[in-house]
Amino acid sequence: MAQAVAAGQKLWSGGKSPFNVEYGKLMMWYFLMSDAFTFGAFLISYGTIRFSSNSWPNPNEVFRSFPGVKGEMPIPLAFVSLMTFILIMSSVTMVLAVGAGHQNDRKGVMKWMFFTILGGLAFLGCQAWEWTHLHGEGAWWGRNPFMNIDGTQSTTNFTNFFFTITGFHGFHVFSGVIINIIMLIMTWKGVFEQKGHYLMIEKAGLYWHFVDLVWVFVFTCFYLL
Amino acid sequence: MDHTHSTATEAAHDDGHSFSTKAIWRTFWILLIITVAELALAIWYYETDFLPKHFLNGIFVIGTLAKAFFIIAEFMHLRYELKNLIMTIGIPATLFLWFLGAFLWDGNSFKNLRNKYDRNHVEQSKKVVKEKEEKHEARKPGAME
Repeated sequence: MAQAVAAGQKLWSGGKSPFNVEYGKLMMWYFLMSDAFTFGAFLISYGTIRFSSNSWPNPNEVFRSFPGVKGEMPIPLAFVSLMTFILIMSSVTMVLAVGAGHQNDRKGVMKWMFFTILGGLAFLGCQAWEWTHLHGEGAWWGRNPFMNIDGTQSTTNFTNFFFTITGFHGFHVFSGVIINIIMLIMTWKGVFEQKGHYLMIEKAGLYWHFVDLVWVFVFTCFYLL
Repeated sequence: MDHTHSTATEAAHDDGHSFSTKAIWRTFWILLIITVAELALAIWYYETDFLPKHFLNGIFVIGTLAKAFFIIAEFMHLRYELKNLIMTIGIPATLFLWFLGAFLWDGNSFKNLRNKYDRNHVEQSKKVVKEKEEKHEARKPGAME
């Protein structure tokens, strides 16, 4: 379903975008590629260290808490499921905001951007709770209270990687929320209505989907594998 | 200024016809179903150990790649762009898979070599810490090396 180029159309002769997208959008894609490599490098180094270890903590044991519930949940990974759902939902509302932008529907864009921001803030709140809870159990950079799955003493690699990578991702979510708030204000002020297009929302959307995409991989590496 | 404005507006309204709310919600349901399935398998495995973990990991990786594909293709709209643009993203991503494989192989090799030649490491890895009876009692701040 990729766009086909009309026969005889010269793409690389200058004067037009050879990929038929706006410059800013193309550059956002390439920035996301570079960021993907950064996250990828972090996750691959996590995988390498884990593969080189004889044993590792069991995520089903470590991640069993839920806000408001004393002790452990009957099933593991409940809280992180909620976080994943929140982030995917916010991605959907972001796409709907972009769609509203295509229709030049200013109020629609504002509504969906508002929900996206809410989702982002909810995710950040959840992550903050998770960090606080783990810290309360004695986990932090350089401190790992959890045992390996085979009962042996675990290294600080586990917590170091966990906090660094989820922290780096959380930082991206935070900056994404800031960008989305700026987009909302610009929409409200009518900046895009005046320009005649909502391309900025699309670019912010690409960044937000990237944040969601990274979470999908982080979630898999730390909680499932 | 005018020239950039018109090309930008052009680009913005070019593929408007391919935007469909239905496709977006369909993608959402696909993502949700895959995620719920992965979680169900993880919890079921935790309770019953019904599959070798490696096999289960393979399923998780495939599920994750499927989700990534849908997010990039539909949410980020890459599927509807020009083929060359798709390639500038797709080809480096494919090379990335080599990057992943190479380093995991390396990590595994490191583990095998270390277990083979470093007796101290093997002994340390076998030391079972006393099983904790009460959850909040025998927690030690960990630092093995």
